Amino acid sequence: MTEISVAAQLQSFVEGRFPQSSIATDQDIFSLGYINSLFAMELVMFIERTFSVTVPNEELRIDNFRTVEAMSALVERVRSTALVG
Amino acid sequence: MAVIGVVGAGVMGIGVAQNLASCGYETILVDKDEQTLEAARAAVARNSRMSRLMGGPPLDPDEILGRITTAVGVEALAKAELVIENVTENWDVKREVHEALDRVLAPDAVIVVNTSAIPITKMAAVGAHPERVVGVHFMNPVPAKPVVELIPGFHTSPSTVERTRAVLHGMGKRAVDVKDSSGFVSNRVLMLTVNEAAFLVYEGVATAEAVDDVFRGCFGHPMGPLETADLIGVDTILYSVEVLYEHYADSKYRPCPLLKQMTDAGLHGRKSGRGFYTYTN
Repeated sequence: MTEISVAAQLQSFVEGRFPQSSIATDQDIFSLGYINSLFAMELVMFIERTFSVTVPNEELRIDNFRTVEAMSALVERVRSTALVG
Repeated sequence: MAVIGVVGAGVMGIGVAQNLASCGYETILVDKDEQTLEAARAAVARNSRMSRLMGGPPLDPDEILGRITTAVGVEALAKAELVIENVTENWDVKREVHEALDRVLAPDAVIVVNTSAIPITKMAAVGAHPERVVGVHFMNPVPAKPVVELIPGFHTSPSTVERTRAVLHGMGKRAVDVKDSSGFVSNRVLMLTVNEAAFLVYEGVATAEAVDDVFRGCFGHPMGPLETADLIGVDTILYSVEVLYEHYADSKYRPCPLLKQMTDAGLHGRKSGRGFYTYTN
């Protein structure tokens, strides 16, 4: 799976939760006022299930989930760590 | 530190047990079957892992679970000094549990009723020691909500109130004192608001999204009433409105038929994956 498709899947999941039609990949989704920290938990579940990864506890920080870009980077990082490990 | 019992391993019981354990209390969590307890342990592990993400302290799930013993039946609570009861918001279910607790616990053990709307005086009258029963209305998610309503019943003793306040303080909670009255302050207002918001959707005046958008956008609420309903549980909202309706015998508390239909259909909100909104659980 390429990085673009990871980002695309994340973007489509996030956009499903917002009334506006599109969310930029560098948009801080928690600053838009439509979602709260409970949605962050849903994002973790979605990422772990969709990309078959386990996000390490030390990576479970809100900053890793603020933007589609940050989440894509997280997925890449977790995958490469998993390969090394 | 005191041994604290938690009855009911639903959303609230799980949150209360995690909160207690994370604050160092040895916690005994009981429910009526092993499967529910198994699911509760998994939920505590998952929620502990998410603690920092939710704005709480980083928690080690193994350490938290290490302080929580699970057991089937309230008999396991014989040595608890204080028990927090969180079973379904249904009078018959709660009455049965309180009868059992009154038999099992030491006479000076404190019984805390965690309820949205049931009068504490009525609940306390079930057992032989109404002076040791007190109400605490915890908010959901329990570990993330620092304020609770503390409600003494008619016969509740000052020492019961103070022992409860001490444990609440140990859990990192601040208590707002409220007199006993069905729904207290919070749900007397909130349940009517959620019920009326459900009527708006039922009548087709607005979608759930539009109702919540008005509350967030116009009033600056962090969550709209229907998202809140999904978080609390649509079934719990219905039961709470029914308790208010029964208690005050006032038609303004008539439950919206949509809440009944959603409850019957299993659309219980966030915990079931679907309510007014759909969730990824």
